[in-house]
Amino acid sequence: MRSVGSKVTGVAGAALLTLLLFPIYWMIASSLTPESRLFQSPPLLPSTLSLDHYRALFDERDFLIPIRNSLVVAATTTMVALPVAALCAYALARLRFRGRGVLLALILAVSMFPQISIVPPLYLILRELRLLDTYPGLVLPYVTFSAPLAVWLLTAFFRQLSPELEEAAMLDGASRLRALWDVVLPLAVPGVATAAILTFLYCWNEFLFALSFTLGPERYTVPVAVTLFRGRYQVPWGQVLAATVVATVPVALLVLTCQRRIVAGLTAGASKG
Amino acid sequence: MSGQATAIEREERRLARWLVAPALVFILLGSLVPIAATAWEALHGHDLRLPWLGRPFVGLANFVEAIGDPRFTSALLHTVGFAAITVPLELGLGLALALIMHTARRGRALIRLAALLPWAIPTVVAALVWRFMFDAQAGIITAPLRTLALVGESFDWFVHPLAAWVPIGAADIWKTTPFVAILLLAGLQTIDPALHEAAQMDGAGAVRRFGTITLPLLRPALVVAAAFRMLDALRLFDVAYVMTGGGPGTATEPLSLYAFIALMQRLRFGYGSALSVTVFLLTFAFALIWVRTLGRSLVGDRT
Amino acid sequence: MAKTYPNGHRAIRHVDLAIDEGEFVVLVGPSGCGKSTLLRLIAGLETPTSGRIVIGDADATGLPPQARDLAMVFQSYALYPHMSVRDNLAYGLKVRRLDQAVVAQRVADVAAALDISALLQRRPAQLSGGQRQRVALGRAMVRQPKAFLLDEPLSNLDPALRAQARAELRRLHRRLGVTVVYVTHDQEEAMTLGGRIAVMRDGAIEQVAPPLDVYARPANVFVAGFIGAPAMNFVPATLAGIDAPAGAVAGIRPQDVVLGASGQLQAVVDLVEPRGHDHLLHLRLDASGVPPLLAVVAGGAPPALGAGVLLTLPRERLHLFDGRTGTRLS
Repeated sequence: MRSVGSKVTGVAGAALLTLLLFPIYWMIASSLTPESRLFQSPPLLPSTLSLDHYRALFDERDFLIPIRNSLVVAATTTMVALPVAALCAYALARLRFRGRGVLLALILAVSMFPQISIVPPLYLILRELRLLDTYPGLVLPYVTFSAPLAVWLLTAFFRQLSPELEEAAMLDGASRLRALWDVVLPLAVPGVATAAILTFLYCWNEFLFALSFTLGPERYTVPVAVTLFRGRYQVPWGQVLAATVVATVPVALLVLTCQRRIVAGLTAGASKG
Repeated sequence: MSGQATAIEREERRLARWLVAPALVFILLGSLVPIAATAWEALHGHDLRLPWLGRPFVGLANFVEAIGDPRFTSALLHTVGFAAITVPLELGLGLALALIMHTARRGRALIRLAALLPWAIPTVVAALVWRFMFDAQAGIITAPLRTLALVGESFDWFVHPLAAWVPIGAADIWKTTPFVAILLLAGLQTIDPALHEAAQMDGAGAVRRFGTITLPLLRPALVVAAAFRMLDALRLFDVAYVMTGGGPGTATEPLSLYAFIALMQRLRFGYGSALSVTVFLLTFAFALIWVRTLGRSLVGDRT
Repeated sequence: MAKTYPNGHRAIRHVDLAIDEGEFVVLVGPSGCGKSTLLRLIAGLETPTSGRIVIGDADATGLPPQARDLAMVFQSYALYPHMSVRDNLAYGLKVRRLDQAVVAQRVADVAAALDISALLQRRPAQLSGGQRQRVALGRAMVRQPKAFLLDEPLSNLDPALRAQARAELRRLHRRLGVTVVYVTHDQEEAMTLGGRIAVMRDGAIEQVAPPLDVYARPANVFVAGFIGAPAMNFVPATLAGIDAPAGAVAGIRPQDVVLGASGQLQAVVDLVEPRGHDHLLHLRLDASGVPPLLAVVAGGAPPALGAGVLLTLPRERLHLFDGRTGTRLS
């Protein structure tokens, strides 16, 4: 029985693996296929490989600009959101104060907001402040939407740390803030790193705000730039696919190097913690 | 003397306020004030292309217009229908994937890696890749179907009002099922294996153990995963925008996309805001019902 | 002083305890009796709902822990995992901005005293349980605080090490002459360590006295049953054959039960637990409604199972308690 069962799981596992990975394989394979062969009946293994699409991507389209934009916005957002979130999460995890439950519920609710529902006023405000098509104009909404996630995750993380460590520090003469700085934060590095990874991924992937609050190629982020490649009547698929591969590379690197941390973060953010 | 005793507690509350303040400011300025502003804007006639008309207060006129707008009703229908169909599929497939990851003795790390990739890559990228795979000419999915004569020579997913939903659903399911699986896997891992062994000693078979031990104990994880997915599906935007643009016509246009078009293309901010508010109300109503009926135990003891 | 948690749980009902300078006081009681809460109240980690905490001559009730100049050894030791042993020891001094040379000197002295000088470069994760316990103790000592608070510091050690650490603590206290408040649920630890022990139950102190006084004259049935092992036997006073108010309860320690032909009570041997140098007998009395009596008898051949024996409850060894309130009579 057991061996039959494990064979079934083995086959199902292999099938699922294929389903999960095939689109990514296909994206890479097609991005290396010359334009002329892209629209013939596709063989599963590409026969001729070429880097033409990548060359065109960086030479003709200057795809470095959206990459730079995405990196700047994602890095800035992470640097602003994390300290803010860490302080808030520490208070939620450790301190007794009125409105704690309400705040926690509010934070969860905000992370669930449909983005479209705050696009109109943000657009008008950013236009008024002349922040449309600027980095701050993207960082502000990104912080708002990624901070709750980080707070939620870090709260769960801080709760896992033994409170006795801070208590020991306080008996050693440290104030609470000092204990936070000397003892809690160094120990929370894995949690903060996880929050940073998830924040970065959120910014790298975000589409609706970037589409709404940028006006031209100079400020497009990667997702917007890739999407707007399409001409009115024709899609330059080769370049689009090359661009999607480029957009996937940082993500894939993060996943490869930090998969344990990401999984821990996802489940901490979702479970009762 | 108890006044003095609470000095420490007062100090603690003061510190807490300072620590919480920056995050609270961002949440207030970034989402609560804007959501209120959207609701307020929705009560006005405001067209950025007709600035001379100003921004008169029109009460609920925008909402009344929406109710009479067939494009709105069909967008609403699309949104709810899409969520109602894809979310159960994602939960079912996610559960299967989680069980496989849980029981697999070899290659667990590989499957987890393979599952994280679709979750992590930009939605836009997923949509483009699936759009390419469903392409009428070159699509790796369409071409074999045509060879087998299962579809006509000129068949194109994206010109058929119903068939156009298939690629959207496929991309969404591919991208989000892994997330569900990861949540459920964490739930599975919290189940004490001794429970399964005890049930086995009691003579319960695999199917029975799944029904009487795994599923009930997985319930909290399922409730959470379903809520996450549902709220996400109700604000569907990226995939539809990238794959079909809402087309053919408006056959695949969800509410978020219609709101976006009203706002950013037609520049009708009053009406677009009203549409945005309905997206918000839709998710809010769902969340409320979900927490009331299923999630009480999940939210209640967090505080 | 009292402590009521917001959820209505009253951890400390009413406690009034004065501790002299240089004293070694042990708070002992079953889990949930409030002994740890009391210690945390002294430390300033909890705030009392009512009442005051006075340290030295100053009211410390409103002071945060960092201002109380007390040191605590936690059950988990709470060593900072990201710091070396040296930094763990020095942390409290650095926070207080002591001169670097003074810090180094004090750390070296304490490390030498506790025989952990060789471990100073290591991280807590690289230490054995016994070594961690010493480092935790050292971190408290290096500060030279007004008093030491120890929360079950030996409970994470294995039994052999525990006995050794106990003796060491005793010697250390004698040498340093510092004030120690020590929490444990182990009555034996309390007996061997305490200059005075405070037996707690349900958030109140039942008796405070030197260990042998508590053992010899337990204030009530609870203390009598909690202190001493195996636990004291309780029988109706009438059964013991002495004059007592109606309903009084007589207690006798298993070590004090005498078996022999001259005994006036009949019993049957129900169970024999050999313990090496002696045996612990479970004796079923003829009288109904009385739980089995425990008796410790000298080693050698124990009576056979089911054998009838005669036993005496020596009058001078009996403890008499009020049947209703449980308090000691006479």
